[in-house]
Amino acid sequence: QNKSRPHSRGEYNVYSTFQSHEPEFDYLKSLEIEEKINKIRWLPQQNAAHFLLSTNDKTIKLWKISERDKRAEGYNLKDEDGRLRDPFRITALRVPILKPMDLMVEASPRRIFANAHTYHINSISVNSDHETYLSADDLRINLWHLEITDRSFNIVDIKPANMEELTEVITAAEFHPHHCNVFVYSSSKGTIRLCDMRSSALCDRHSKFFEEPEDPSSRSFFSEIISSISDVKFSHSGRYMMTRDYLSVKVWDLNMENRPVETYQVHEYLRSKLCSLYENDCIFDKFECCWNGSDSAIMTGSYNNFFRMFDRNTRRDVTLEASRESSKPRAVLKPRKVCTGGKRKKDEISVDSLDFNKKILHTAWHPMENIIAVAATNNLYIFQDKIN
Amino acid sequence: MECTLDAQSLISISLRKIHSSRTQRGGIKLHKNLLVSYVLRNARQLYLSERYAELYRRQQHYPDGAPLLAMPACPPPAAAAPPELAALPLPADTQDREARSCAVVRGGAELLEGPVCAAPPELQRAPCRDSSPGFYRAAGSAGPGGGGGGSSAAPGLLYAAGCDFGTGGVPHCSSRTTVLDLDTHVVTTVENGYLHQDCCSQCPCCCQPVAGLASPPPAPGTKRKYYPGQEEEEEGVEEGEPGGGGVAGGPPFAPCTKRARFEEYSAEHPQDSSNISNLISIFGSGFTGLVSRQQADSEQPLNGQLCGKQALASLGAWTRAIVAF
Repeated sequence: QNKSRPHSRGEYNVYSTFQSHEPEFDYLKSLEIEEKINKIRWLPQQNAAHFLLSTNDKTIKLWKISERDKRAEGYNLKDEDGRLRDPFRITALRVPILKPMDLMVEASPRRIFANAHTYHINSISVNSDHETYLSADDLRINLWHLEITDRSFNIVDIKPANMEELTEVITAAEFHPHHCNVFVYSSSKGTIRLCDMRSSALCDRHSKFFEEPEDPSSRSFFSEIISSISDVKFSHSGRYMMTRDYLSVKVWDLNMENRPVETYQVHEYLRSKLCSLYENDCIFDKFECCWNGSDSAIMTGSYNNFFRMFDRNTRRDVTLEASRESSKPRAVLKPRKVCTGGKRKKDEISVDSLDFNKKILHTAWHPMENIIAVAATNNLYIFQDKIN
Repeated sequence: MECTLDAQSLISISLRKIHSSRTQRGGIKLHKNLLVSYVLRNARQLYLSERYAELYRRQQHYPDGAPLLAMPACPPPAAAAPPELAALPLPADTQDREARSCAVVRGGAELLEGPVCAAPPELQRAPCRDSSPGFYRAAGSAGPGGGGGGSSAAPGLLYAAGCDFGTGGVPHCSSRTTVLDLDTHVVTTVENGYLHQDCCSQCPCCCQPVAGLASPPPAPGTKRKYYPGQEEEEEGVEEGEPGGGGVAGGPPFAPCTKRARFEEYSAEHPQDSSNISNLISIFGSGFTGLVSRQQADSEQPLNGQLCGKQALASLGAWTRAIVAF
C-alpha cells in the first residue's frame, strides 16, 4: 500500500545562466586552474535577491542573482538608445518613469574569496549564523566572513609535517544546521570528525570521531577507495548526518560514534566489478546524497542515470531512472531493477548493460515539497510527487 | 565486465594513472593519487607475497643453497606448508636479493591460504578468479587467524640471510628522499636509512651493485636491489588491520600493515626508496617503458618479471613522491 511515490516531470525553463569562473593559470606553480565548479551553496534569502556561493578548485565567489522587470524611460540627458542628447536641444525637463519590461535576471559577483587554498577545494558550507562559511580543501578547512575577502581563518589543518606520512585527506565538510560552532568533516578513510569551534581555535582535535570498523572479510585491493566518503550531509533536524561512500549510504546518530544507525546499499552489485571500475576511473566518482524535508527519506545517484531513494521508516527503497526515453511529461516513473545474476527478468537490466558514462552525481530535494532535482550529464530533471 | 585481478596488471594500471595525472588539467589531484597509491600498495603486497611463496617453493627444490635465478613468479600451490620456513637454510649468496626478504616469513600461513591464481603464472593475464578478498588475504594481511604463524622463525631467517640487521636493523648507509612542500615551496631532503646497494657490498651475502632504476632491465639472473621486506621488519608491530589483532604483541613481523607504514614512517625506518636522481630519471623517461615491458611478458617472462621487480622495488618512493608533488 505504501508504495514509494511515483514522480512525474514538471515543466520548467532555464531561469538564468552565467559564467561563474574562468580558467586561470597559476604562473608560480605552472598549474592551470580549472573553471569547473565543484560546489554551489545558496545563502538564506534575506531580500528579493538570491545569493549563492560557488567554488572551483581555488576560488570562491559570492554571486547576487536579481530580477529586473522594470526599466526607466524618459531620461533628459540621453535618448532611449543611450546616446547623449545635445544639451542645446533640451527645451523641457521631464521625470523618468518606470515601465515594465521583459524579465531579466542579472547575476553579479559581489565577493571573490581567493588565494586561501593550496589544495583543491572540495566543499563549502554556509553557517547557520548567516555571516560565516567554511571552505575545505584536501588538507585544510578555512572559516570566512561573507563580508571579508582578504582574510580567512584556518580551523583545521591535517597536513603532516612530512608529506610522505600523508594517509588521508579531507573529502567533505559541513556546518551543523543549528549550532553555529559545530561542523563535521569526512575523510578519505571513511571517518567523520565533528569539531566544536568553541573548544579551541584550531580544530585539529575533534570532539567526536565517527568510524565503523572495517569488515575484514570484505577486504580487497580497493577497500580504501570504496570507503572514501564522497559527501556528508546533516539532517534538517541536526540530529543525524548521512555519509556517502562508493557503494553505500550511511546514517549516523551524532550521539553514537562507533557505527552508523542505518546503512543502505546503493549498488552492491558493483562490488564484484571494482576492478573494471578502477580501470575506467568510475571508482573515483563522487556521488552526493540528500535528505528530504522531513528527514524521512534519503536519495542518492548511481549509474545508467539511475537514482535511488530510501524510506527510513518503512525501509523500502526504489530505483528510478532519469532519462528522456523513460519519462514523458506527467508520466509516472517506473521503478527499475538491476539483475544481479541468474536469469534476467523482463524489464530488468543486467549489470553488464549499465552505462557507466551516465552517472547521477548530484541530486537535490526541495526542503518542503516533494520535488526533486536530478542532474544527469547534460540534462536536469525535475520530478514531483503526483499527489501535488 | 570481467577484468584481471592479478597484482601485476593492477600495478601497471595504477602507475599509468599516476603518470597521466601529472599532465591532466588542474594539476595533480591529491585525493585520487592517494587512493591509487593504496591500490599500488595492496597489489604490491600480494605480488610480493606470491613471489616469496614461490621462492620458498624453490628453496624446497634447492636445499643445498644453489643460487636462485631471478624467478618468474609462479603463484604457490595453496597447500604449501609454511612452518618449514624456519628450518630452511637460505643460500648465503643469492642472486635474487629478494630471497632474503623477511616478508617471506611474514604470516607465512596467510601467504598461501588465499585462492591465488592456481595455475598460470601471474605474468599471464589470468581471468578474475575470485573477487578480491581472497587475493588480498593472500597478501599476508591480518586475516582471521592472525599472523603468528611464521613470525617466530623470522629473525632466524633474516640473520641466516647474512645481511646485517643484527644491530637492531639499522642499516649501514642512508639514502635521501626529496619532498617538495606545495605550501612553502621548500624542498626538503630527508635522510633515511635503508639497505643501499653500496652498503650491501660490505655484507658477506651482498651481491653486486644493482643496476640503477633508470637503466633498462637487467638480463635475467642479475642481482636486484632489495627493499620491501626490510622495512616490514624494521617497523615491528604496527597498528594492524581490523581483525588482525591476532598477532601476539612483539613479533617484528606482524602481518603486513601498509597503512601503518604510511602513518609511522620516520627517518629511522628503512624504506624502499631510491635516491631522487633515480626517481627523476624514471619520471623523465615515463612509466610507459616499464608498463609496456610488463605487458610484453608472455614472450619474455623473465624480462617482464624483472621490470616488475624494478617497478616494485621503488614503489614506495613513487607513491610517496606522487603524494608530495
